[in-house]
Parts: sequence; structure tokens; C-alpha cells
Amino acid sequence: MIQHLASLPILLPMLAAIILLLPPCGKSLFARRLTSSLMAILTFAVTVLLLVQVKDNGIIVYAIGNWSAPFGIVLVADMLSTLLVTLTAFLGVGVALYGCAGDDEQGSFFHPLIHFLILGVNGAFLTGDLFNVFVFFEVLLIASYALLMHGGGKPKTRAALHYVILNLVGSSVFLIGLGILYGVLGTLNIADMANKVPLLTGDDVYLAKAGGLLLLVVFALKSALLPLHLWLPNAYASATPVVAALFAIMTKVGVYATLRVYTVIFGEQAGELEHMAQSWLWALAIATIVIGAIGVLAAQDLRKLTANLVLVSVGTLVALVALQNINATAALLYYLVHSTLVTAALFLLADLIAIQRGKAGDRLVGGRAVKQPFLLGACFIIAGLTVIGMPPFSGFVGKIWILKTTLNSEQALVFWPVYLIMSLALIVAISRAGTSLFWERKDKTGDGSDVANAHPLQVTVLVGLLVSSILLVVFGDVATQYALEAAAQLHDISGGINAVLKGGM
Amino acid sequence: MELLYASCVGVLVTCGVFLLLRARTFPVVLGLTMISYAVNLFLFSSGRLTINKAVVLGTGADYADPLPQALVLTAIVIGFAMTAFVVILSIRGRADLGNDHVDGSLTRSKRKERK
Repeated sequence: MIQHLASLPILLPMLAAIILLLPPCGKSLFARRLTSSLMAILTFAVTVLLLVQVKDNGIIVYAIGNWSAPFGIVLVADMLSTLLVTLTAFLGVGVALYGCAGDDEQGSFFHPLIHFLILGVNGAFLTGDLFNVFVFFEVLLIASYALLMHGGGKPKTRAALHYVILNLVGSSVFLIGLGILYGVLGTLNIADMANKVPLLTGDDVYLAKAGGLLLLVVFALKSALLPLHLWLPNAYASATPVVAALFAIMTKVGVYATLRVYTVIFGEQAGELEHMAQSWLWALAIATIVIGAIGVLAAQDLRKLTANLVLVSVGTLVALVALQNINATAALLYYLVHSTLVTAALFLLADLIAIQRGKAGDRLVGGRAVKQPFLLGACFIIAGLTVIGMPPFSGFVGKIWILKTTLNSEQALVFWPVYLIMSLALIVAISRAGTSLFWERKDKTGDGSDVANAHPLQVTVLVGLLVSSILLVVFGDVATQYALEAAAQLHDISGGINAVLKGGM
Repeated sequence: MELLYASCVGVLVTCGVFLLLRARTFPVVLGLTMISYAVNLFLFSSGRLTINKAVVLGTGADYADPLPQALVLTAIVIGFAMTAFVVILSIRGRADLGNDHVDGSLTRSKRKERK
């Protein structure tokens, strides 16, 4: 059993989704909710087990069907990918439980779809084969298309049209990039590609460069980097909030793919193609931070504000990818976990606030008071301070770490002003949002007696997400240590190649 | 043969991009389909274009690269599912939004034209 552990984070969600589609679960809502939650928790337990295994015993390479790399497809569970898989599974548990409070009744197949989405995301993180990354991207995308439409309505259809068409074009570009790289390198196994890129000569170098930069376009689209970010605010703001919370991990898949490809394949060992995409990534990331901050300031409602916060976090993460050193990657990992948790929490919070404020919804205008001001207010303050990066929350640790990493590089001259002004913009926008949502009361008539209190499950999930982000600070030593080790493992490129090509079971 | 093959891919992509930029859902779906055909042809060629080589391993010393064929097969299946989805979504969009523009609303000049 233990040697198959690396495949379980992919197999369990698939099993869960299939069970959920079969008659007993398909008919009874209660059975569906129970199975979905239990399977999500089981997946999370398995990923934690995998995390512990990988941390103790090093990289686990799982050759599917016992076809060893580079001929077969391998799953590579190193510290980086297991961390992200665990994060996904944790978010999955939260979303499944939150959905049980009533959001899953707005449309059909909510529970199977979230498991399919988790399957795709986990697969994209774990696979060691670039073509398989494409396949899992498509799995997660088709689940996300359907989830984005969950609940229905005009804004969703409009956002989904843009999202689906853009991503289909993106998939075509992905395939062309893969075709060029396969034609030049003769392999699509990431470790094997990293081996072969330095050996390229003559025209092949430029072909590989074209292929690699086409991949950059695709990953920029998935992670919503500047010129290709326009789909994100609308899609995330019009999706059902619980779905948007799960989508918080999706941009991170793009960031992960960028990190993997441009550190391992086109990284410091790549000969003539060394650090090929670095300058592009750096410039686009800074621009994304700026655009995201402007979007946060201009947002008219809390969900759009949060969607723009996702953009800011993507910009920050990609800027760290562009730095390409161990410290920056470690800071990236810490910040990635923190930002995923807190943006998910903010989407859920926006949902609860919108329900309790009645007609005003989550728009940033005066309206009637929320029914549970203390609970939601406290959550908003914690989430707000975390996302801005004020002490004592996890955002602060991440921010200090990021600033410290960039301090001695020449890029600090650009990065520090942009990053600090962005933080100021966030403080202004979020305090203004909190003021109008909680304190500005224009409508004195409603006393909130017509709306129900938040469902206990909803409160549990929201508090759970916020507490886990606080735990990132309480156990900051463990977390930073893990991030550093994972980053060192990723940057040890020859070690990684050896593990994959020789260590297949 | 290379020239013919490359021009096929090129023409398909050109038509696809043109149709995509029409920004109406039906041409967009057609454009996506054309681009995915072009991509499949392109992927196929990444194993080099050869004639008279064995398709199956073990039947001769000289064989064609089997991997691109597997890749194309996967790409076709995925492309088929995605096209089916986008067709349904377009129909839904036409019903929900009242027009077939990808933005969900016609531009001002188009509206005038119609009047």
C-alpha cells in the first residue's frame, strides 16, 4: 500500500467523484453530502501521510504501470508538490463542508465536480511528465467550467464564455509548445528534458526557446499574469463564492508550472537557454502587482476586491519565481500557502456578509447591518490584516521574508517601492471596504430578523481557514524550515533528475 | 511534402484565428475547431514526416515514432470534449443573454446597424 501512496491523491478524488455519480449518492442529498465530506477528509489524510513520508524519506517516484522513466509516465512526489497537494486537499475539505450548508443545491453535480477539480489539480502538481500536465490541466479546466456555471445566471454565463474560450485557445498553444519541444528534445519527461536542454546546438536552441516561451504564454494565462489576466476578476467575482474559494488554488497551478518548468528545465543548468524567461516573468509580475492593486482600489464589491487580491498575490509569486534562488522560492512557498488560504476565506466571508446584508449584498455601499456583527466583523478584521500583511498574522511573516529576500538584489530598487505602495493601497481599500460593510448604515428598517444566522458548518470552515493561517505563524519555524528544504530540493536539479530517471520503482 | 504539410497547418491556423476574432459564438466555435485540427496536424509532425516506415514496433528495423500518435489521440479526445462543452455553453449564452456575441452584448454600431 505504502509504495502506491503517491498515486492516491489522484485516485481517491476520482473514486469519490465516481461514487458520487452512482445511484445511492445521486438520489439522496444526505448520502451525497456525507460521502463527499468523508472522501475529501480521507484524501486530506492521505496527502498528510504522503507529506510526512516525503519529508522523512526524500522524493518518491512512482512509475505508473511499472514503466520506468523516461519511457513511461511517472508521478514525482517531492516536498514542493506534496505541500501543494496537501494544501489542495485541505481546501477541498473546507469547500465540501461549506457546500453542504446549502450551496450544493443551487445546481446539479456540485460534489462530483469539486472532486474532479481536486483530481486535476493534484495530478498537475504530482506528475513528472509535461504532456500529463496538459492532460490534468484539461481535467481541472473542464471541472472548473462546469463549476463556474454552478447556480446559473447571466453574469456567470458571460464570465464563463470568456473563460472557456480563452482557455481553449490556451490549450491549443500549450499543445503547439509541447509539439515543438518534443520535436527538438525527443522527450516530454521533465527530468529528461532538463537533461537534454543543455546539449542542444544550432537551430534547435531557438526552436526550444520558441517552444518554451509558448509554454510561458499558457502558464501566464492560467495564472492570470498581466496581459492575460482580464478573465480573472469577472470569473472569480461572478462564480458562486464557495466555488471561487476553491478556484483560489487554480491560479497557483499556473504559478507552480511556471516554477517547475523555468527552474528545472530552463533554469541555471540549461546552457544557452539559461534563465530564459526570467526577464519576461519579472517585468510582467511587477505590472500584475500594479494592476491588481489598482483593481483592489477600484473594486465596487467585496468579491471583486478579493478577485483582484488574487491578482496581486499572483504578481508577487511570479516575481519570486523570476528571482530563481533558494531563498526566494522558499518565501514563495510560504506566501503561496498563506495567500491561498486567506483569499479562500475572504470569498467565503463575502458570501456570508452578502447573505446577511440582504439587498445591499457585498457591494461596498451603506446598507443594513449584518445579523452577526461580532463574528463576521472579527473574521473580516483577521482576514483583512492577514491579507494586507500586518503583524501578528501570516501575511506579515510572508511579506517580511519576501522583502528580505529581495533586499540584496538589484531588483530591490523596483520591487520594494512597488510592493510597499501596493500594501498601502490594500490597507486603504480594505479599511474602506470594512467601514462601508459594517459601519455605514443607511437602511434602518431591516433588523435582520428575516435572515437566518450563518450555518454552523459555514462558520466552522471560515474559522478553520483563518485559524490555519494563524497556525502558519504559530508554527512559523516548522513552516519556514519546510519551505527552505523544499526549495533546496527543487533547486538541486541534478539530484532531482537522478531521483526520477534512476529511482523509478 | 513538408511545404504542403506546413501550409496546411498555417492556413488552418489563419482561418481559425480569423474566425475567433469574429467574436460571435458560432464562428468562434468553428475557429476553435480549426485551430485544434491544426494543432493535431502539428503534433503529428513533431515525430518527423516519413514515408514507408513500420507503424508497429518489432515489424521492421525502420519504424515511425509512435509517441506523437499517442499524443494526437489524447489531444483529439480532449478537444472533442471541449468542443462539445463550448457548443452547449454557446447555446446557453444565446438563451441567457439574448444574443450570440461573446461579450454578451452587441456593440453600439452593431445595434444601430440592426435598427
